[in-house]
Amino acid sequence: MKTESMSNARPRSFQEIILRLQSYWAARGCAILQPYDMEVGAGTFHPATTLRALGSRPWAAAYVQPSRRPTDGRYGENPNRLQHYYQYQVLIKPSPPDLQELYLGSLDAIGIDTALHDIRFVEDDWESPTLGAWGLGWEVWCDGMEVSQFTYFQQVGGHDCHPVSGELTYGLERLAMYVLGVDHVMEMPFNDPGAPIPLTYGDVFRQTEQEYSRWNFDVADTAMLLGHFEDAERECRRILDAPRADRAGREIVMAHPAYDQCIKASHLFNLLDARGVISVTERQAYIGRVRALAKACADAFVTTEAGGSTGAA
Amino acid sequence: MPDLLLELFSEEIPARMQGKAADDLKRLVTDGLVERGLTYAHAAAFATPRRLTLAIEGLSERSALRREERKGPRLDAPAKAREGFLRAIGASEAEAAALAAKPVSEIAIPGVRVVARPEKKSEVLFALIERPGREAAEIVAETVEAVIRAFPWPKSMRWGAGSLRWVRPLRSILCLLTTEAGAEVVPFGIDGIPAGNLARGHRFMAPDAFAVSSFEDYEAKLARAFVILDPKDRAERIWHEATQLAFAQGLEVIEDKGLLAEIAGLVEWPVVLMGRIAEPFLHLPPEVLSTSMKEHQKFLSVRDPGTGRVTGYVVVANRETADDGAAILAGNAKVLAARLSDAVFFWENDLRTPLDAMTGKLGAVTFHNRLGTQGARIARIAALAREIAPLVKADPDLAERAAKLAKADLASQMVYEFPELQGVMGKYYAEKAGEDGAVALAAEQHYSPLGPSDFVPSEPVPVAVALADKLDTLTGFWAIDEKPTGSKDPFALRRAALGVIRLLLENGIRLPLTRVLLDPVRRNRAAMVAAGAVPAEDVPDLSNDRVERECALVLAEDLLSFFADRLKVYLRDQGIRHDVIDAAYQLGGQDDLTLLVARVRALSDFLATREAANLLQGYRRAVNILEAEEKKDGVEYSLAPEPKLAETHEEGALFDALDEAEAAIGPALGRENFEAAMSALAGLRAPIDDFFETTVVNAPSAIIRRNRLCLLNRIRAVMNQVAIFSAVEG
Repeated sequence: MKTESMSNARPRSFQEIILRLQSYWAARGCAILQPYDMEVGAGTFHPATTLRALGSRPWAAAYVQPSRRPTDGRYGENPNRLQHYYQYQVLIKPSPPDLQELYLGSLDAIGIDTALHDIRFVEDDWESPTLGAWGLGWEVWCDGMEVSQFTYFQQVGGHDCHPVSGELTYGLERLAMYVLGVDHVMEMPFNDPGAPIPLTYGDVFRQTEQEYSRWNFDVADTAMLLGHFEDAERECRRILDAPRADRAGREIVMAHPAYDQCIKASHLFNLLDARGVISVTERQAYIGRVRALAKACADAFVTTEAGGSTGAA
Repeated sequence: MPDLLLELFSEEIPARMQGKAADDLKRLVTDGLVERGLTYAHAAAFATPRRLTLAIEGLSERSALRREERKGPRLDAPAKAREGFLRAIGASEAEAAALAAKPVSEIAIPGVRVVARPEKKSEVLFALIERPGREAAEIVAETVEAVIRAFPWPKSMRWGAGSLRWVRPLRSILCLLTTEAGAEVVPFGIDGIPAGNLARGHRFMAPDAFAVSSFEDYEAKLARAFVILDPKDRAERIWHEATQLAFAQGLEVIEDKGLLAEIAGLVEWPVVLMGRIAEPFLHLPPEVLSTSMKEHQKFLSVRDPGTGRVTGYVVVANRETADDGAAILAGNAKVLAARLSDAVFFWENDLRTPLDAMTGKLGAVTFHNRLGTQGARIARIAALAREIAPLVKADPDLAERAAKLAKADLASQMVYEFPELQGVMGKYYAEKAGEDGAVALAAEQHYSPLGPSDFVPSEPVPVAVALADKLDTLTGFWAIDEKPTGSKDPFALRRAALGVIRLLLENGIRLPLTRVLLDPVRRNRAAMVAAGAVPAEDVPDLSNDRVERECALVLAEDLLSFFADRLKVYLRDQGIRHDVIDAAYQLGGQDDLTLLVARVRALSDFLATREAANLLQGYRRAVNILEAEEKKDGVEYSLAPEPKLAETHEEGALFDALDEAEAAIGPALGRENFEAAMSALAGLRAPIDDFFETTVVNAPSAIIRRNRLCLLNRIRAVMNQVAIFSAVEG
């Protein structure tokens, strides 16, 4: 019989799972980045994924990204639905030939014994209409539960990806609940249960879930949000329309500041959607407006050095 | 005779694509080999989640030498034309011009001899091409590479830094030619993936590579490495073990061939486990349990044969474990519990919402931007169901109520989550709301039939709603000119028309379609105007009833001919010829499909007799002469012929026979007794034959000739009361 090494012992808390993923991917050569400091709907929106998937320069990054989906708020009462949650995101370009094996290694690292569980790669084509992006891959099942998304990016912001990035997204709460054997997210140990001050997920987030659910659904000022949406859209355009050279004659394309406005517009749209003020037909139009911004930002990024541009435009 | 073994090993292939991919691989590779001059005895292809495999037996060792002759331009053709020809037969771009300038005998292209031959008064260039035979390995390498590069995946992708496309990253290629002397790797590679002789087993249970020497060796080693190659074997094993497990507990597995095939495409080493649905979920409708388990978890449903309730499920894992699947089953049970908790939540919320309130919500849902909302559509269907009700012996109030509620479940949370439960949920919700049983049944059945072999409702209220639903759809899309064209039928209008046909014919319903279609056409046109889909000036004055009625009539008649076309397709499958249907349909006013088909069937039977074949000949002869003479004379011989002008005995007998037939046909048609009408026609065969044998139509006397032409016209007129015989082919 094989004895389990200490590192493969079952983790005891939410944060231990995050820490193990961090050290696992750090050991595989990824730059461990910090979360992006803006409100986003998913880890994919982080410029370290969206923009860095573009162009020819190699890239390898992993990070936690707090994500917000206002419509999923349930006042902290639903066992696994939250308006604010964490995703763990890995992006490697070009996708290495053993990415599946690397991924399975990460499951092992967080205590999922693949000799006892049934891991499956089930077709799931990923598409983000707001980012003008799509890819092919799978949702990864562990005993019938989706624990990750695994995608080979084919297009982002309307640009073909060359080379192709491999993207892994772990829904951290759901994955951790499974590994820790917890039925309600709020009961999940956040730090070690043996710590002097043990904290559950609920201790950290129950109240914020209530507060944001109320604000998202009932209180947010829709007229103001709509104004902000239009401001963000306008500013994004204005940034991209600025001349390539600054007043000192230095060529500086402002792809990232413009993309920040695109992220803002996307989140404001999500808030408006949660307030129920966007009709079915309007929805498509808003998504189209955000996508147009994402495409414009991608167009700008690929003309920059980080975007793989080698010469002057 | 070598055998070929090819395995394309990749990351997980979507289950739904595996079957077609295996078929495509077999077809494309064997076609490619044959095109390149090889023959083979037998080929078989297989798919698992991670591999496509092709085994070909009895491949020829090499292709035969092939000679081919190709004709070129004339010798004196412009230089450009001669150059083009030389390039086409193998000259390089660079040398073509120089070669074209040379005398024919000096044109040197490897494997080709160019000659000039006289043809039609000029010299023409010919290329005599000799293609030497090639080794099988070379041809296989070329073929497989071409097939991989142009494989027809429904969706394909690139990966890493490469440019090759495959359904998911292609990891390795196994390609062997095996003879008695041994196995040899076919030497080729694609984008850095060399062909080899190594295969891999199960991802987790036997991940190491092993060498193989033939298909038999490969299949046996795979089985030892926990991979069942043949998807049929995997499906059989799953089904066998699932039924055994269920049987042991007095239960039965609900058959679902599509799901079984999908599951077989998700595993290489199926391990079947069975679980029980927890008590708090057992009260859910069995369809809800089955659908949730199937859609989210790919579980087969297990039912109690005594109660018919779904009480358990079958999970198919992809591996054996030390705990005999205990952890896997426990994990799956937990996921299922979360899913079914959602289903209970939807069910209870839906039951708290009155059906009328659900229908009310549909007032805000767009059905089609030129045909208004679902709510408006339901109102049209309800009005039509009420009109149709008496014709199908349904209670008009119930039919209208049923139509109003039949689509209520489209606004339910359960159907939002599981669209395939539309109708089924409507039935449950109507029952729970205490609606009449017929109303609940109509909610469930009004979408039927969905195809040529689907169930056809027969209870009056569901029939009325099913007809109204389809007729409204057809008239609506006809009104906005969205008719099916070629292979395009985005709104499934052909299926709707077939549904109407089957509902009418299989229930023997007599429905005057033109009249029934008029009102929905008008209502849909009104909806169209209300939706602002057409500018007011393009629409006839709707307040002018006569104009509007005429417009509606044109559309209704166009729609009717669409029904006639669909009827031809439907009856063709029952062995009835399209021209026979035309012969009946062209009588005009044939908008009662049940009556039309009765006539068509009688006519079809009649035409199969020897009598009819002869009669048809006589009819054609009469019509041909008549039409030729009418054309020549520029007049129509449509007056009634005079019996007293009959000169020959046979001519007189024909007059009598026509009188007799006509006297019988009228009442027979009145009684809708088409067999009797046909046999009355049969009596005309002998008199018509005798007439033509003894009597010259174009008599010298102009009066006699005219009378006889009018007599021919009468033959046509009498026969055409039964069917337009000129439409019959053959």
